[in-house]
Amino acid sequence: MAEKAGSKISEDAPKAVSRRNFIKGVITSGVAVSSASYLFRASTVMHGQQFIAGVGERLITLNVNGQQRRVDVMKQETLASTLRYKLGLTGTKLGCDRAECGSCTVLIDDIPYYACSVLTHNVRGRKVLTIEGLASADGTLHPVQQGVIDEQGFQCAFCMSGFIMTTVGYLKTNSNPTRQELAHGISGCLCRCQDYDKILTALMRGAENMRRSKLG
Amino acid sequence: MAVIRDVMPAFELYQPSSVADAQKLLEQHGSDAWVLAGGLDSFDWLKDRIRKPKAVVDLSGIEELRAVRTTADGIEIGAMTTLTEIVSHPLIKQKYDLLAQAAEVVASPQIRNQGTIGGNVSQDTRCWYYRGGWPCYRAGGNICYADTPEGRNREHAILHADRCVAVNPSDSAPALIALDAKFVVRTPKGERVVDAEDYFIGPDIDITRLHILQPGDLLTAIRIPSTWAGAQFYFEKVRDRNVWDFALMNVASAMVTSGDRIERIRIAVNGAAARPLRLKAVEDAVRGKPRNAATGEMAGKLAVQGAVPLQFNAYKIPLMRNLVKRAIGGVEEATWAS
Repeated sequence: MAEKAGSKISEDAPKAVSRRNFIKGVITSGVAVSSASYLFRASTVMHGQQFIAGVGERLITLNVNGQQRRVDVMKQETLASTLRYKLGLTGTKLGCDRAECGSCTVLIDDIPYYACSVLTHNVRGRKVLTIEGLASADGTLHPVQQGVIDEQGFQCAFCMSGFIMTTVGYLKTNSNPTRQELAHGISGCLCRCQDYDKILTALMRGAENMRRSKLG
Repeated sequence: MAVIRDVMPAFELYQPSSVADAQKLLEQHGSDAWVLAGGLDSFDWLKDRIRKPKAVVDLSGIEELRAVRTTADGIEIGAMTTLTEIVSHPLIKQKYDLLAQAAEVVASPQIRNQGTIGGNVSQDTRCWYYRGGWPCYRAGGNICYADTPEGRNREHAILHADRCVAVNPSDSAPALIALDAKFVVRTPKGERVVDAEDYFIGPDIDITRLHILQPGDLLTAIRIPSTWAGAQFYFEKVRDRNVWDFALMNVASAMVTSGDRIERIRIAVNGAAARPLRLKAVEDAVRGKPRNAATGEMAGKLAVQGAVPLQFNAYKIPLMRNLVKRAIGGVEEATWAS
């Protein structure tokens, strides 16, 4: 038995190791190639030109939810990808990835944007706010989040972070909207559950909560 | 780690802080360069991997491109001014509201927060055969897939088609034509100022572009003269959904009346052809006429003369006729006597 088990290990082990090594090898060489071309490009530019802003930097600092986050970002990377897959902020949802559904909406300097259609390199030096940054440090929910809970506004809620962020951004320009005005303000978000009426009721409650919290 | 489906092909990103630097970069990279304004047209091309530029020149860091300035005769809008900034600008609202009305119905609030006026007038057509990477005339091939008996062409052109039947998707373009705006283009040879209607070109002039910009050129500003400040404006956009959708057709007009007579007028439509059309024949025909339903009807019929429908877009002919009628004769008179 013992011998059999031992031989089994010795049969399988080299394969497993070699596969792992192979994968490791691919990863290392991939990294080597990409960083080499990156360095090469950067140095060409430095020698060939006097000044071109922004070229060469891939490790950048982002201001997300009030924190300075150092992150390695590809030039073609969208903010939604960086937030979800590099910074672990998966509250920002990717629906269509084509600036059509609004699920990925975040605030950049207080203005709602589709994070799927903003290059991360474009938000250096700007303040990014995601759904994770809305509640206060002690865990108290943002008044709009509370409104959504009070009214049970969503069904599946995949679109919820987008709707909430859009509303928080819209309320900065109009803190006391009519139902019609708020509907227009959040018209860049889609809900596949078709739950718009309840969503709007919840977000109107959120707006009211916000006005009240400012008064009190 | 999750699979990211739509990572764009790799490119080098340049973020110049002046127009001069941007021009240097465009010159350096030639046809490998891609000019990025708001990005909402660009990212579709890149994510679909139909276009793979090597160098993307992002104009968002250029301060001089982003402002509304008053000039001796009107205003100058930097090309990177966002549509939201235009909609909420008090002077534009007060004097050139036609542009604010047009900008306000573009796409969705988030897109207006990001999309720029320069990008809105310079965006490419939305013909899905072309956008889908089909090798059509516009893409350098020798066929138009939309203009076939089976082709899906409900959104396509009814006027001035030449091999390609795509239309220009811009909402702000007809408003700028009606306001007699001038487009400031920085070329490697220097600055060029063209009339709004001459910024746009049809397939008869160049089948691969909707505007006059050549590689290396930049649209830097749009000037609106005070000629039509405070005139009577009319803008209407017809689309399938009230958000996101591009216009099936839109109309923009600026009019000055004395008594009930139309003293002077400029009117343009978009969604009818590969370029937004200034309706000069209509302007000439209604000048001096009373502003009423009869004049509107006459104008509407005149506007659609020569229109040739495709398989699925014949509805655009009465649509254009009615939009022109409403712009001139008023909305409450929209029914047809004849």
